[in-house]
Amino acid sequence: MIPVIVISIYLVIIGVIGVLAFRKSQANTEDYFLANRSVGEMVFFLSIFATNMTAFAILGSSGQAYRQGIGIYGLMASSSGLVIPLTIFFIGTRLWALGKRFGHQTQVAFFRDRWECDSVGTVIFALSALMLVPYMIISIMGGGTVLAHLSDVGGTRPPIIPYPVGCAVVAVVVTLGVFLGGMRGTVWVNILQTTLFLCFGAVAVVTISHALPGGFGEYIAKLAGDPKTSFLVTREKMPPQAFWSYTLIPLSSIMFPHMAIMCFSARKVTAFRRTVVLYPLAIMLIWLPCVFLGVLGAATLGKVADADGILLLMLEKYAPVWLAGILGAGVISAVMGSDAHQVLALSTMFTKDIYQHYGGREKYGEKAAVHFARAFIIVVTVAAYVIALELKAKQGIFEIAIRYAFSGFAALAPVMIAALFWKRSTKWGALAATLFTAACLIYFAVLQNTCHPGDVVWQIGQGKEAIKVLFLNPRGDVSFWNGFMTVVPMVFGSAICMIAGSLVTRPPSQATIDRYFPKQVSELSRQGGSPEQAAERVASRAQ
Amino acid sequence: MKLKTFILTALVAAVYVLHQDFWNWKEAYPLVFGFLPIGLAYHAGYSILASATMAVLVWTAWPKHLEEIEPEVKHPKEDRS
Repeated sequence: MIPVIVISIYLVIIGVIGVLAFRKSQANTEDYFLANRSVGEMVFFLSIFATNMTAFAILGSSGQAYRQGIGIYGLMASSSGLVIPLTIFFIGTRLWALGKRFGHQTQVAFFRDRWECDSVGTVIFALSALMLVPYMIISIMGGGTVLAHLSDVGGTRPPIIPYPVGCAVVAVVVTLGVFLGGMRGTVWVNILQTTLFLCFGAVAVVTISHALPGGFGEYIAKLAGDPKTSFLVTREKMPPQAFWSYTLIPLSSIMFPHMAIMCFSARKVTAFRRTVVLYPLAIMLIWLPCVFLGVLGAATLGKVADADGILLLMLEKYAPVWLAGILGAGVISAVMGSDAHQVLALSTMFTKDIYQHYGGREKYGEKAAVHFARAFIIVVTVAAYVIALELKAKQGIFEIAIRYAFSGFAALAPVMIAALFWKRSTKWGALAATLFTAACLIYFAVLQNTCHPGDVVWQIGQGKEAIKVLFLNPRGDVSFWNGFMTVVPMVFGSAICMIAGSLVTRPPSQATIDRYFPKQVSELSRQGGSPEQAAERVASRAQ
Repeated sequence: MKLKTFILTALVAAVYVLHQDFWNWKEAYPLVFGFLPIGLAYHAGYSILASATMAVLVWTAWPKHLEEIEPEVKHPKEDRS
């Protein structure tokens, strides 16, 4: 009962912050969706980090570590610690600059303007929205799982907060916060949330270490010494191809609409400096304890029915009840922090890329756009809630996220890179890459549901020298070329489509290219004449 | 390619390659600090290396020209998105 009380207090605080943000809000979409592009340095870091940390980071990581061992940290966390800051550094800063200069609030708005296209932007919007929904669903599922575990009184009685009620609580609190506070309320809440879950891991490890007789080393040695469990403390069952493939997955981060939108909200580009340096350390603070405790759970608790709940089971067993409540609030923070951004991003996309783009604002006015955004938030949350209940029995948190959202967004990264850095890129290249990504997702989803683990779909040669080009691995994941993940052909295939599609079609007008790639004075000076003449040429090109 | 660009590209590429630590693949020992399997400790160290790499990029390759960007859109209500 005590954990439930602690979490209830936390949820009330979140609600109050939403109301305070509502009182400070203005009735225009730039304020509602981007907090008037006024997010300061430290808040930007805390918020962009909360945007990326989901139930998947805490519950999924410990659950997967329980099943597959320590390799999960290198697989997802340390590769993300390098690739995500790199994408924020090279792509996020440029997106911010274009948002400030041209007023863009979404990626699709940028693509439409950059490539002089409407319908191609709509196709990218549709695919992004479809891939974001599963990510949102796992947040709600994670929230339901946490509340059910923490309110479980044991024995044969059901938990005080059953899974469906837990999902509903998370969905309602998030919806209320975003509905009222928009981006401002969301980033304010993120300050509390990120602080809470950054402390979560260290506190959990210290608490559990005190409760375990003999210390951690003894349990790890026990796992290493048993041939049945030794794979948990090595990577002997983890194919190196899959391990490398995962380094492409974090390319998805900057393509998630909520991450890109977050980049637009910074007050100054200098906000990105601290973020990219602290990001890998923050990831380590969360993932390292979660992965370690997940592996430790295999040694201390043995077989459990729900691996994704292993961390919560550890807390229940080894932490005092009140502390389990606070730590539970930390987990809920991670869940709600990202969920709020996803809900807001979907609402921003629908309002800006569809409603306003197709004339809604001219017809009904700016205030109506904010009302539309709020109504949309309610609809999408109810839909996500219903799906979260339906999918609970069918898929683990980790698998849903990886299969449908991460790989797809990673495959869209070449589109963004081309838009930002390649003058010759065209809308047709972008369309080819987007359709290729969508086709791959559909095809792999069909394979996943029609084939069985171990089935080979396409093979070159026979016997020991055969190359399995496309097959399902023993875990049931579609794999490529003897063990690479599907993200590999998707990212490279998408890049090829982008390049080939652009080279065979006509680029945007010179005026548009000049707007997005203005020549610097220094560059024009090299072409001859005085610096003043060069500056004049810059001005005339800009016109 | 400028020397600075070349060195920074090589640095990022080297850090990326270091992620694939095949030499730790089947090893659990030594246990760093008495409890962290070497494969896990290596990647915790890798996270610190990633942070240091980003610090180097920020100090030496920061896109300073972006700090001077001014809006072409005067009012949020007039934006083109």
